[in-house]
Amino acid sequence: MTTLINLLNAAVRSGTPLLLATSGEILTQKSGNLNLGVEGIMYMGAIGGLGAAWYFEQAFGGGALAAIACFVIAFIMGLLGSLIYSILTITLRANQNVTGLTLTIFGTGFAKYFGEHMGNQAGGYVAVSKQTTGIFTYTPFAKLTEIPVIGPLLFSYNWMVYLAVVFALILGWFLNRTRKGLMLRSVGEDPATADTAGINVTRYRYGATLIGGGLGGLAGMYMAMVGQNGIWATDCVSGYGWLAIALVIFATWSPLRAIYCAIIFGGLDVMYMYYPIKGLPTQIYISLPYFVTILVLIFTSMRQSKEHNIPAGTGLNYYREDR
Amino acid sequence: MKDIKKNFYSPDQVGSGAAEREVGPACDIHLKEPLVRITKREGSTLAYKALVIAVCLILALLTGALLFLAIGKSPLLAYKTILTGAFGTATTFKQTIVIWIPLLVTGLAVGLAFRMKFWNIGGEGQILMGGIAATSMVIYTGLSGTPLLILMAVAAIAGGGIFAAIPGFFKAKWGTNETLFTLMLNYIAINFLTFLQHQKAWKPQGSNFPIVKDISDRAALPSVFGIHIGWVFALLLAVLVYLYMHKTKQGYEISVVGDSINTARYAGMNTAKIQVRTIALSGALCGFVGYMQVAGADGTLTQSTSGGVGFTAITVAWLAKLNPFAMIIVAMFIAVLQRGSLAIQSTMRIPASAADLLTGLILFFMLATDFFIEYKLVFRGHSKTEEEA
Repeated sequence: MTTLINLLNAAVRSGTPLLLATSGEILTQKSGNLNLGVEGIMYMGAIGGLGAAWYFEQAFGGGALAAIACFVIAFIMGLLGSLIYSILTITLRANQNVTGLTLTIFGTGFAKYFGEHMGNQAGGYVAVSKQTTGIFTYTPFAKLTEIPVIGPLLFSYNWMVYLAVVFALILGWFLNRTRKGLMLRSVGEDPATADTAGINVTRYRYGATLIGGGLGGLAGMYMAMVGQNGIWATDCVSGYGWLAIALVIFATWSPLRAIYCAIIFGGLDVMYMYYPIKGLPTQIYISLPYFVTILVLIFTSMRQSKEHNIPAGTGLNYYREDR
Repeated sequence: MKDIKKNFYSPDQVGSGAAEREVGPACDIHLKEPLVRITKREGSTLAYKALVIAVCLILALLTGALLFLAIGKSPLLAYKTILTGAFGTATTFKQTIVIWIPLLVTGLAVGLAFRMKFWNIGGEGQILMGGIAATSMVIYTGLSGTPLLILMAVAAIAGGGIFAAIPGFFKAKWGTNETLFTLMLNYIAINFLTFLQHQKAWKPQGSNFPIVKDISDRAALPSVFGIHIGWVFALLLAVLVYLYMHKTKQGYEISVVGDSINTARYAGMNTAKIQVRTIALSGALCGFVGYMQVAGADGTLTQSTSGGVGFTAITVAWLAKLNPFAMIIVAMFIAVLQRGSLAIQSTMRIPASAADLLTGLILFFMLATDFFIEYKLVFRGHSKTEEEA
């Protein structure tokens, strides 16, 4: 029982960055942009957030203000990454796949470049103080964990976990219950019709992609500040960006379903530590999330449901002149 | 879906297959002409293209200079060190060529798939699988010398080909997302390699470290002018891939499927067969890269046997516009950046990831300049004169 609770706790913790990035990518794809640069965006958010916290500490000392700087800069870095993507695909009509892949190469290189430079400056490795990382690991409902079973299951997490869930809920509400959300979905499904109806396709695509990128930046920041305890590791994002894109398909473009899908994938990622299987080598076991992703991809493609499918316009740029 | 629409709106294009649709005149429903509108540029000249590409390169290098300045290093010195680091001595030049070989061949491989609009980003995994298959021939057979080298090549080609054909099959059958599928296979391949590194048969004798033993004593590719023979293979493959793409029926089929799969079906092509065959070929080339790395460049198998080549090759293919001969030059350019970045790392303490950063920047700018090659901006009031001209 304790192992199970521990596993679920770990699943939620490692699922949180996935949820943030997946929410961002759902928003992006709902507008018609298939951004394959999530991995790069997360790296940019990770180094941006960690770098901001570290330089802020050098100048003014650690604490809440350093944490705020970290949070804001990580969001902005994610936003900048997706701004590059947006300008290239929406305004300059570049191929979405290639642009996204390039963003991943660029973002990863960007993080490693500045991360290593900061390491040189620090004369070893870059570490943000406990004062600052402690802000991110603050558990708001710590007192309620006394309740048996439910307490540790629901209330033992840091505030970023709840924030990620709240973001997903807000996004679900926005897409399904608001007029703007409806317009955004129409832009993703059929931009030509949306354009005819007087909806500004360009503005919606930019807006959704930028905010989606910002969420990806926060996801990367979480991996660096909480996942790695504020110590810079060159492979801190390690494929989570790609898992997030797969999760979008798994969650069938619904932010609400993304909440439990992210927890499931977070669980798959850490399961080998809690439930070792006899005879199965760890090095094979750790591939579990990737095997499951492949199976999910295959099954969803075989099912081909009309309702739970990728927005029809996603992946294609919209040229008004081609209408 | 889009293809159907295309044909529906322009009946004269039905069956014209690969032809790009012309952009018609801007809609006339606007009472007032917009300030700027975008029309297709007809037949831009070679000189114009060269100019745009030159501007793009300069802008990319200038932006790169900003990134050097950001960490307080001199951009001029950095670029100079990159050049001397790549070409300075015979040794560094040879090292540059050794980096160039896998970049070119993997570029050719993913280029084949891209031409068909199949996003093979599993180059990393396919290279590793090729390397694993090749190395297993050394581990599990008693052969050595030329027979072993030939057997390794066959195994590597099969290993990479099959590893790529799996996502190809599902893509052809059910349209399974190949981007994520091939990517997940990268992680599976790398974890599988880690597993092998823990196996007794694969480890060096008496070693406790999880590494694969050195195989260069039994299987090493011969050298030509001091560099392993891979560079000859690479150049030959560039020619072969060019001929395959442009002079054979199969190559033609690939471009038809890539331009419009519905047209291909309409013309009676077996699209599933074409897709799986092309992806297997793409993976086989990647597998061959793994072989050359194991038997030529490294003499053993490690996680860095692929070392990001699968991803960098995407930029090679795209910057070269999928043209095999252009890839020879583009791969060289990126190899220079990568070898040069090792030099700026050791002499100027600039992180070697600068190479990835610059490669990304160049491709960003190239994607942007494509717009100015394909389209032109027409400002309000100028449209009449443009059309008359």
